[in-house]
Amino acid sequence: MSSLVEVEDLTVVYGGRRRGTGSRGLSSVSLDVRAGETLGLVGESGSGKTTLGRALLGLVPVTSGTVRFDGEDITHAHRRRRRALSQRIQVVFQNPYLSLNPQRSIVQSVAETLTARSDVGREESRARSIVMLERVGIPAEAADRYPGSFSGGQRQRIAIARALVPEPDLVICDEAVSALDLSIQAQVLNLLVELQDELGLAYLFITHDLAVVRHLCHRVAVLRHGELVESGSTDSVCTSPSHPYTRTLMSSAPVADPRERTRRIAVST
Amino acid sequence: MLHLVLRRVLWSLPSLGIVSALTFVLASLTPGDAARVVLGTNTDPAAYDRLRDELGLDQPLWSQYGSWLTGAVRGDLGSSLFTREPVADILGSRLGVTLSLIVGATLLAAAVGVTLGLVGAVRGGVVGRVTDALAMLGMAVPGFWLGLLLILVFATQLGWFPATGLTPFAEDPAGWLRSYTLPVLTLATGGIAVIAKQTRGAVLDAMSTEYVRALRANGVPDRRIVLRHCLKNAAIPVTTVVGLVMIGLLGGTILVEQVFALPGLGQLAVSATLSHDLPVLVGVVTVYTLIVLLSNLVTDIGYGWLSPRMEAAR
Amino acid sequence: MTEHLAAVPPAAPRRRSRLWLRVLRRPAGAVAAAWLLLVTGAALLADRVAPYGPLAQDLRSSYALPGRDHLLGTDQLGRDILSRVVHGGQVSLLAVAQAVVVFVAIGLALGLLAGYQGGRTDRVVMRICDIALAIPLVVTLLIVLAIFSRNETAAMLTFGSLASAGLVRVVRAATMSVRRDDYVLAAEVAGLRSSQVVVRHVLPRVMPPVVVQASVLACSALLVESGLNYLGLGVQPPTPSWGGLVSEASAAITTHPWLLVPSGGVIVLSALAFGVLGDVVRDVSADRSATAASSWRRLRTAARRTGAVSTGSRSADDAVIEVRGLRVTAGDVSLVEDVDLVVAPGEIVGVVGESGCGKTLTLSSVLRLLPPGLELAADGLTVAGQDVLALSERDCTRLRGASVAFVPQEPVAGLDPVMTVRSQLREVVRVHDGCGRAEADRRVRELLEQVRLPEPDRVLASYPHELSGGMAQRVAIARALAGRPRVLLADEPTTALDVTVQAEILQLLGDLRSETGLAIVIVTHDWGVVAELCDRAVVMYAGRVVEQGPVVDLFERPQHHYTQALLGANPAGARFRETLPSIPGRVPAPGERPEGCAFADRCRFRQDDCTAVPVHLLGPEERKVRCLHPVSGEDPSSTDREECVDVVAR
Repeated sequence: MSSLVEVEDLTVVYGGRRRGTGSRGLSSVSLDVRAGETLGLVGESGSGKTTLGRALLGLVPVTSGTVRFDGEDITHAHRRRRRALSQRIQVVFQNPYLSLNPQRSIVQSVAETLTARSDVGREESRARSIVMLERVGIPAEAADRYPGSFSGGQRQRIAIARALVPEPDLVICDEAVSALDLSIQAQVLNLLVELQDELGLAYLFITHDLAVVRHLCHRVAVLRHGELVESGSTDSVCTSPSHPYTRTLMSSAPVADPRERTRRIAVST
Repeated sequence: MLHLVLRRVLWSLPSLGIVSALTFVLASLTPGDAARVVLGTNTDPAAYDRLRDELGLDQPLWSQYGSWLTGAVRGDLGSSLFTREPVADILGSRLGVTLSLIVGATLLAAAVGVTLGLVGAVRGGVVGRVTDALAMLGMAVPGFWLGLLLILVFATQLGWFPATGLTPFAEDPAGWLRSYTLPVLTLATGGIAVIAKQTRGAVLDAMSTEYVRALRANGVPDRRIVLRHCLKNAAIPVTTVVGLVMIGLLGGTILVEQVFALPGLGQLAVSATLSHDLPVLVGVVTVYTLIVLLSNLVTDIGYGWLSPRMEAAR
Repeated sequence: MTEHLAAVPPAAPRRRSRLWLRVLRRPAGAVAAAWLLLVTGAALLADRVAPYGPLAQDLRSSYALPGRDHLLGTDQLGRDILSRVVHGGQVSLLAVAQAVVVFVAIGLALGLLAGYQGGRTDRVVMRICDIALAIPLVVTLLIVLAIFSRNETAAMLTFGSLASAGLVRVVRAATMSVRRDDYVLAAEVAGLRSSQVVVRHVLPRVMPPVVVQASVLACSALLVESGLNYLGLGVQPPTPSWGGLVSEASAAITTHPWLLVPSGGVIVLSALAFGVLGDVVRDVSADRSATAASSWRRLRTAARRTGAVSTGSRSADDAVIEVRGLRVTAGDVSLVEDVDLVVAPGEIVGVVGESGCGKTLTLSSVLRLLPPGLELAADGLTVAGQDVLALSERDCTRLRGASVAFVPQEPVAGLDPVMTVRSQLREVVRVHDGCGRAEADRRVRELLEQVRLPEPDRVLASYPHELSGGMAQRVAIARALAGRPRVLLADEPTTALDVTVQAEILQLLGDLRSETGLAIVIVTHDWGVVAELCDRAVVMYAGRVVEQGPVVDLFERPQHHYTQALLGANPAGARFRETLPSIPGRVPAPGERPEGCAFADRCRFRQDDCTAVPVHLLGPEERKVRCLHPVSGEDPSSTDREECVDVVAR
């Protein structure tokens, strides 16, 4: 079975007008995302995980390597092809307060993803947007309000509605829950799981939070300084990591269990 | 630092070249030509042709510019159409006056403006609001009108300062200073307003940063924080604005010199405009452009010295 | 810091009103707009409005002062000044309009292009701007006027074009900053064309600074234009122009000085109006941050004592921090209330909660350093034995750093960007020890060793932006330790750090406690941090403490339903993709907090009495909970009846 997304030897070099002076965002990264699954992309700052997401979306130019989507090479897809692809690949960003234009109503923002389609009229766009808003828990009466009236968690749900309205195959979640409080994060994670199970879409879930990865992702890839360090099923990578960096990462994360600490202290004394 | 200076100078040369070329082209657009301008309507064809030949007006434009440029590099900026004096000499005799005005006004504006802005940021309340209001007013008052007002009050009514004219330094240093006082005050007013406003804003910005909060929380005394940290961080936007003020003053000198009858470049520019004496005007523009580029250079050096981050970012 | 002041969401759809309406609501904006409207209207309708023709002479009333016939007096030839001013407006305001239109057109077009496209387009546009800005403005206008005699339009168009280089820079900067905003990227990913993205999303954000700059330009254009007319280079007399009127006035300055007033006055007032409009637009469109200070004076925090210290509670005599009944208010709205915090020497206490719960304000209160506009009141606030409520501002400064110190959330932003690490650390050491430079340097090294900073020489010579997050945070901790404090307050010190670095910093804090007996209060939203580092935890919700106790007990037997729900919402404990228990509803905003339990309407176990009466924090000192029907089923009000009475009597 071929994957939905296949990334091969992807390299992205930033800046540097003269050759060789740029900084490497990504170095020869290869991975794949299968239809209907969630691939977690984990790393610390400077790991290149955000760059990978942006490269898939065409927001960042690729220096070398290929990106295939459903068999088609989209690495250097031009603007018009990208616009068509926007119906199949969507994104949810990190900051709920910055991802919606404060001067447009939420239904206008949600319908934006259908604007590129010439075969969908304004009435239909609006109708479909309202249906999706209801699906994520925002009542139809609130559709004409402005983002300022909503909380962070609600805004993130609206952003998810926007991503899902064109019925994409892949949604890139770029730290989509990192800026949310714990209780709100739980709601949004539940929503993401529900929608995935119902609509059969794939997620590329970019995050630094290992607990979320363990909970949500089927497979996980670990990046460090732009390089792929390890990948595999969540279970194997998180419970028995093979690469020393992954091991350090797993053991550094603070564990929400105070008995663990007493155990560690007991062991070290 | 030297590296910085050299880079700046190198980047400035094309600017200078382009500006002078543009001015030259502009100047050559005079309806009718320079010879007609000098001789007026009453001309004898022979005299006209002779003058055209003398001024090199038969040459194609780029060739005219070329000869002007080669002359300029050597220091020869052509001659006045009317008095036939070399432009360079005319400029030289008047440069000192204009430069004194600009430098004096900039220094005054910077000193008073920064102080007012700082006081406004620290004290707030009535003082802050008054400073704000004065700053607004200072930027709205036309220099030539203010100059007239100052002459009316301090020269005509009170007689403390001369109304017009310039006493040479050699003759009477105190008189020289007195004849500069009103003009410099007039020129500096707008600058004080702009600088005070910018300083207050920049210091307030610095005051709301995370590091100021941390410094206060760790017991560093208020005065130290304001004078050492806030001021130093505010120095960059303030330097930018001082540089801009200095450039803005170039335009101001034209009017101020006219009002106070000071024999500077500004006054020259006005009379040259009225008489269409284009070689002189081109010369004045070139000198002014040089001053602008020099001011930018000094500002850049100021940045490099003040901010390590900008130095690193280059 | 502004989260606690987030506005209450309105029920009805209401949109932030249009820019010009907001401008007109400010008195300064309304007055300025009214004046400009008046002047423009008078100029447009000059023939009908002016009492006399602009050229109509009346030699009998030459140089008349203002009177019934001539409201602003007359000039040498007996011409009415008011009429001449009104007609002069036609010339001057037209010129200003020409300059502004060209200015905005070029500035917007090139600025948007350069900012949005970037790359080579940007470089080319910037080069052009550099050259344009090097051209001396007024002299060039003189040349234009030398060529196109008396053609004000030509001069103003030139002025607007050359000045637009400045606007290009401003628009470019604004475009570049908006360009990276998520909703612009989302619009691109949504498939919009570049032009659609620019018009819908970038342009509205860029317009306010454009309006501000246009106002500033209008002001300078007016001054320049009147200057040109003063010099006699613009329209020729007898056609009136404002600058020309000043020139005429200057001829009679010694004999009839009054003429200067109306001629210059109208210029000053109009230029002022433009400037004020620009200022109001800037104020109105800026991110209104209520916590921004308007002066240093306003940064001082006033503190008030409320009532007597409750006698029922066991006051720990050697407590490093003892806060009783803390209340923080913004005007009438209470942001934090009824908070008690007691920290014993060498203890690590975590203050946990979600955003807006008041945990950061509580920390700031201990330091008596609240954002401007907030007030502090408490029954008691003692730090290292000193009564903070009674201290003067100067004594508070002495206390900070020496008894209690602070580590901020942002590692790099918490350090002064224009000073080296060495000078910053040296400064703090000298403030607290009052020693000479050599001695200070020795102590600085000692501190760096204490925080286990590798490569101390390199770090000392560096500027903050050259340091990694972890190193910068170690420097921040070293700075905090300089005064040898007894307790360290840390506001989310590891949130901005990578997970591996976070572990190291937490380890360091734990070690500092073991080695020096330093007490630590750490504000966090991360339960993992609480579990790793803290002995005790205080859980806050909607400005109040809802539960506190030893960490192990809190995790294993949470008593408050909020604590239990929060712990349950942690994905770390759940099974793979299992639905996480979530809390319905929303945290009540500061103005909406009910009298009774603030969590009641989100709580599954709520009963009628939960919302009826105020609920107090009850239980033994080590284990308190603010709930009438806590999880364990024990009735916390069975102990400490005295405390109850005291609390009610307040």
